[in-house]
Amino acid sequence: MSQLLDKLAEARQAKDLSRLAAAIPYASWMNIAPENTTGELLTRMRYAPTLIGNTHLPALHGGTIGALLETAAIFHLLWEMDNAALPRIINITVDFLRSGRPMDTLARANFTKLGRRVASVAVEAWQDDRAKPVGAAQLHFLVTPAK
Amino acid sequence: MKDDANPKTMFEMVPGDKLELFQKLFSDTIPHNKALGIVVLSVRKGGASMRLDWQPYLVGNPETGVLHGGAITAMLDACSGMAVATMMTRPQPFATLDLRIDYVHPATPGQPVLADAECVRLTSNVAFTRAVAHHGDPADPIASSAGTFMMATKGMPAMGAPAARTAVSDKGKAR
Repeated sequence: MSQLLDKLAEARQAKDLSRLAAAIPYASWMNIAPENTTGELLTRMRYAPTLIGNTHLPALHGGTIGALLETAAIFHLLWEMDNAALPRIINITVDFLRSGRPMDTLARANFTKLGRRVASVAVEAWQDDRAKPVGAAQLHFLVTPAK
Repeated sequence: MKDDANPKTMFEMVPGDKLELFQKLFSDTIPHNKALGIVVLSVRKGGASMRLDWQPYLVGNPETGVLHGGAITAMLDACSGMAVATMMTRPQPFATLDLRIDYVHPATPGQPVLADAECVRLTSNVAFTRAVAHHGDPADPIASSAGTFMMATKGMPAMGAPAARTAVSDKGKAR
């Protein structure tokens, strides 16, 4: 059993989502962390000046929105299903819908389909208005469901 | 020498050391690229190459040390964007419309990742790009991507545009 899955089991037992982000160095560095204050699993990317891709607008770097969408999908997979091994990403298709302003960005993932080998996940990211998404992504992961 | 049917690209317009200029503009105007530590290796008309060194804070899987996909996404986006910038014939802001990335093979921990991007076609509205991330052999990629960019978006020209401004102001001085 992998250490990360062990940590995940502990986090689930403690009902402490924040331990997920702490276990992934890149998520910690990007200030991307899951939260569950409203009864649904959301992933927040805290704004930092290092996330900027265009200083003139200013706007977030597209890559940071892609990273948030991907990380939100991973948190969703880790939290919402029982994994016997870590999910492995196959591909991601990101639609950039609006420029990301210099503020916190939230993302919510959903299973489009969860199969025995492949999970198809849809993610949407927004800032102050959920009806105005800044980005959306479709991802495929190789998964190993427990049992 | 002016050929309206075939106007000069920004890459041709910028004076002096193009690599140095693109690297400077790239780092100065794009904080996230700087934060990731991305280095521009080469630029040419219609293409760009970059390097991303392995860093402990970019790791996505702490058990294996494999880089997080997000860092590779950001790099392929940046590299594809620069490939578009080299093709533009006037300064204009542009933005990624979509980016599809296939993670063909996990990155090897500790190894720098190289990216090669090309702008396949540039129209007045949309640019099409292809890119690969690899460890030295583009034929054996870690990831491959296909992207589209919207041209002439709102706001000030960003990445490639300062180069064009430089080129334009330089041209103005020279004549």
